Amino acid sequence: GDTGNFGLGRPATEEEIAAWDIDVRPDGAGLPEGSGSVMDGEPLYTDNCAVCHGDFGEAVGRWPVLAGGKGSLKNDRPVKTIGSYWPYLSTVFDYVNRAMPFGNAQSLTNDEVYAITAYLLYLNDLVDDEFTLSKETFLDVKMPNAEAFYPDDRAEVELPKFSGEVCMTDCKPEVEITARAAIVDVTPEDTATRKAREAEAT
Amino acid sequence: MSRERSAPATRRGFLKAGLAAGGAVATGGAARAAAGDPAITEIQPWMQELGPGVDEFPYGMPSPYESHVRRRNVEWLTADPVSSINFTPIHELDGIITPNGVCFERHHAGAAQVDPAKHRLMINGLVDKPLVFTMKDLMRFPRENHVYFCECAANSGMEWRGAQLNGAQFTHGMIHNVMYTGIPLRLLLEEAGVKTNGKWVMPEGADASGMTRSVPMEKAMDDCLVAFKMNGEALRVEQGYPLRLVVPGWEGNMWVKWLRRLEVGDEPWHHREETSKYTDLMADGKARRFTWEMDAKSVITNPSPQAPLTHGKGRTVLTGIAWSGRGTIPRVDVTIDGGKNWHEARMSGPSLSKSMHRFYFEFEWDGTPLLLQSRAHDSTGYVQPTKDELRKIRGENSIYHNNGIQTWYINEKGEAENVEIS
Repeated sequence: GDTGNFGLGRPATEEEIAAWDIDVRPDGAGLPEGSGSVMDGEPLYTDNCAVCHGDFGEAVGRWPVLAGGKGSLKNDRPVKTIGSYWPYLSTVFDYVNRAMPFGNAQSLTNDEVYAITAYLLYLNDLVDDEFTLSKETFLDVKMPNAEAFYPDDRAEVELPKFSGEVCMTDCKPEVEITARAAIVDVTPEDTATRKAREAEAT
Repeated sequence: MSRERSAPATRRGFLKAGLAAGGAVATGGAARAAAGDPAITEIQPWMQELGPGVDEFPYGMPSPYESHVRRRNVEWLTADPVSSINFTPIHELDGIITPNGVCFERHHAGAAQVDPAKHRLMINGLVDKPLVFTMKDLMRFPRENHVYFCECAANSGMEWRGAQLNGAQFTHGMIHNVMYTGIPLRLLLEEAGVKTNGKWVMPEGADASGMTRSVPMEKAMDDCLVAFKMNGEALRVEQGYPLRLVVPGWEGNMWVKWLRRLEVGDEPWHHREETSKYTDLMADGKARRFTWEMDAKSVITNPSPQAPLTHGKGRTVLTGIAWSGRGTIPRVDVTIDGGKNWHEARMSGPSLSKSMHRFYFEFEWDGTPLLLQSRAHDSTGYVQPTKDELRKIRGENSIYHNNGIQTWYINEKGEAENVEIS
């Protein structure tokens, strides 16, 4: 088939690439120059983040919890936070930098993002209040749950088990209802549809 | 018996009159046939008055009688409606193509309103020539047309702990299936020239969430599209206008909308949407990452809780949809007795890889309660598992990738409910 030789588009300039290419990887690739301390981060977090995420990262309402939940991943109701779940610190920096605060993304300076990231580490008991995060100290921070992720293994664990012959007749003697959504009763009502249906049924 | 005339309707009053007459039309059934069905014996307004002219609706909408066929959201699911989800009304649709106006939405910073004249696509990273394209540039590449399903990784995710939401729209409606027109991603990457150490591609969105994912180069060079049309027209704003990534068979989150940049790298980025989110926590506290494919799945769309049986005993049409991220769906089995006995459903319509399939099962309903299930087989030989089989492997906290068999309980009245069975 065709191979890319259409002569379309134009070269991207250095400035253009710098403006958009802000992503950061676990090995530190993409980290900008700069630094910020836990102390710097506290007022920034209070001003920009606490309204949704709570003063201590505990979250307000249904907004994401950022701190705590340590050791809860096997619980019936795990609390997945930066400290308890996230494998890489780079993700915190990258995501805060690209997408937060919600509704005012990309409004923080690099130093501010370093400082807020440092403060989030502090809220998760991963650094002390004297800590300063910078491009140079970034890789010194190890996240507690870094080793708990593994690549998709469905091909080995599930696909063989779920392939093959199936039963078609007399597959089981009895069937019982074990759970009912009507009892949970959390589905939004659609009054108009229900009334139309009732009218049709009469 | 002479025909009676209904109240006259003006042409301009069409919509209003049409809605008001809805109840009367719906009640004209077999019960009145002996006396003469007024739907026949009375002159209806549309038999007499003039309808709207061809200049009335330059872009048409469905009949007002179909106004219930719409996306729905569930308020309590998310903190706010901007980073949230809504649901395709699959219980009201047929065939395999989802109409653009009811394709479910999933945004992380709302539906970005992008001016196509100011939209740019950049390719940078491990390439010979970093490039910038305008939309006009992109229109000059060779195009392809493909029908693919886009299913949110979290579709049915609220059902891991048991039957929760009462309706196929809510349990299975984070999916759409449309014909995409777009440029093979391969051609764009080749235009920039991928370096030999370029193993991963990171698509990035132009919206305020700056959505990013890591896509392995094999997939990028295989069947991904950079799409600008859906079902023949430009992408809808909420589907990424003017440009989105199409990643056939893979979880919807990777189908980055408002696509503005493709970076080539030698390692994955492990960004928020592939670490904090879209990783699948298992019962032992460890988590799967990069669970890209959407496994074979099906659901009966009618009858279902939002679409009960209203016709009483007798001839009944059961229908539903099936799909697999790993190929086609050659077969769907259906049970009406909770899995004691199964029947091969009748497939109807195109069978395309990584696309939705339509199945039917016609039967005589004797008026006794039913337990309905469907079980998809895909072209790799995989058979859709039960929810219990999945839970046995994964536990109840993996959130994503719930493709377990769905059960609807139909009572004597024909009302349907989302249940789980032994």
